[in-house]
Amino acid sequence: MSTTPAVHENPAALALARRHRFQWWEVLPWLLALGFYFAFPRYLGFGTELLITVLFAISLDLALGYAGIITLGHAAFFGAGAYTVGMLAKHEIWTEPISGLVLAAIVAGAAGFLSGLVLLRTVGLTLLMLTLCTMGFLEEIANMAAEVTGGFDGLDSLPIKPIFGKFEFDVLYSSTQYLYVLGVLLVCFVFVRTLIYSPYGHSLTGIRENTLRMHAVGAPVSKRLIVCYTISAALAGVAGALWAQANAYVNLSTLGLDRAATVLIILVLGGYGRLYGAFLGAVAYMVLSHFLSKAYPTAWQLGLGLLLVAIALFAQGGILGVADRLRKRFGKERKTP
Amino acid sequence: MTALIETKSLNKHFGALHATRDVTFALEEGARHALIGPNGAGKTTFINLLTGVLAPSDGTVLFKGQDITRVEQAERVKLGIARTFQINRLFRGLSVLENVYMSIAERVGAAPAMLKPAGKRSDVIEEAMELLTRLKLADVAHKAIPELPYGRQRLVELAITLGLKPQALLLDEPAAGVPSAESHIILDAIDALPKNIGVLIIDHDMDLVFRFAKKITVLVRGALFAEGTPKEIGANPDVRAVYLGQATTHGA
Repeated sequence: MSTTPAVHENPAALALARRHRFQWWEVLPWLLALGFYFAFPRYLGFGTELLITVLFAISLDLALGYAGIITLGHAAFFGAGAYTVGMLAKHEIWTEPISGLVLAAIVAGAAGFLSGLVLLRTVGLTLLMLTLCTMGFLEEIANMAAEVTGGFDGLDSLPIKPIFGKFEFDVLYSSTQYLYVLGVLLVCFVFVRTLIYSPYGHSLTGIRENTLRMHAVGAPVSKRLIVCYTISAALAGVAGALWAQANAYVNLSTLGLDRAATVLIILVLGGYGRLYGAFLGAVAYMVLSHFLSKAYPTAWQLGLGLLLVAIALFAQGGILGVADRLRKRFGKERKTP
Repeated sequence: MTALIETKSLNKHFGALHATRDVTFALEEGARHALIGPNGAGKTTFINLLTGVLAPSDGTVLFKGQDITRVEQAERVKLGIARTFQINRLFRGLSVLENVYMSIAERVGAAPAMLKPAGKRSDVIEEAMELLTRLKLADVAHKAIPELPYGRQRLVELAITLGLKPQALLLDEPAAGVPSAESHIILDAIDALPKNIGVLIIDHDMDLVFRFAKKITVLVRGALFAEGTPKEIGANPDVRAVYLGQATTHGA
């Protein structure tokens, strides 16, 4: 009955003490991304879009996958970031890209904080509707304030300064954008990864798993959720800002339901609340839609829809969920020969 | 003895339903106190009023003499009032250890930290493992909640709350739904609690109540009906008429 050996040898204690450590395979996505740069120089525009989508999906995963904040309006913050960079550049107020990202994060984070103060008092369907409203509200502002936002046409030919004053963005040949976005994604990813393995991240999971119990253990639930929503919005804003910088334009599509729904589908496809689901989901979605739209130009979304139905019915947890289950089954078989 | 939690003419209305009627009550330090009453007597509502889940319609709640009627639930937990739930409220997707980590991290103030891994708070992990060892849960610490039999899930429910090191512990039917063969584990765990903390237990299981309690309060239709030692309550003909008669024949 001595407690000391149990503490250090218990598999649960060891697993918890070590779960934040980097695994060897975690370097793979980054190696693949670098490999893509050298292997497909003609597809770097596509690659840049993919990496930005991954970052956007990661920001959503923090709010939806970890804290359980059900939102259908996350493009509000993507758009807030994109328009921040776009308007500052178009009106020649601020064109330096890296500090532009910081400004975009601040603006989008502020939008997340202010809307979060109100809508995080609700849950479920009401919350879903309010997140949609927030996005619709911002989209309509961007549409109406045409003098500063360009209205329906958006803002194009944004003058963005070279990175570190040296590496020029080229809209036609995206090699600079690709590496720049990859670098920003890496920094943001490491930040989110640190966050979710921290005690704070653990408490977010607790809120998702049982909000009432979190209240009963004395956690300031709404404060934690607002902080999480703000961080998530700021990261979505960075993704939007990257999009505006890489494409040198910004338009209403950055704020639309289409974008918000797509990133949600990506997260469901890859597996939410699993960190790497954003990577797998984005790759799977973009590759699938690429080939499906080539094979069935008129009805390619049908294929995607059927896949989603199949995932919702048989594979909750997405691609990573299925992988987890297979590994568990396989692992058990190995243990008992 | 000083009173940990006191209520003074506490009332709660839900529309036309008068769920708590003028209840004046005290939970003493070190008390082993039971709250019994027929179904719908307002026992769980009363717990919810003590913990701050519900705000009373009128009356006051005091903790160690300080008025906490308007104090939020999370603040009351920090003061030392903790409860378990009648129906398990666990973090089902997490391991048993991670469940207990949750409450200990809140109590010791580790939870708001964002940039340090949770696994590096070895003080929290060690305390959680000690608690689980005490409740004989160490062997299942790595398991997810749905993998446990209900009786042991009930112990996790208790473990999360004990991780808060409460001074006043409110147990809402701790053995509810547990097969009688396993209920002794719950009872042993309750018996082993530190002597100085005040425990209030709600239960329908008269064996458990009469074994555990030094004092019993009977609630009927939201109002205080009787209060006394188990012997007095067992011998009280009115109590037997409204309640005990329907259950078992204790203390006759």
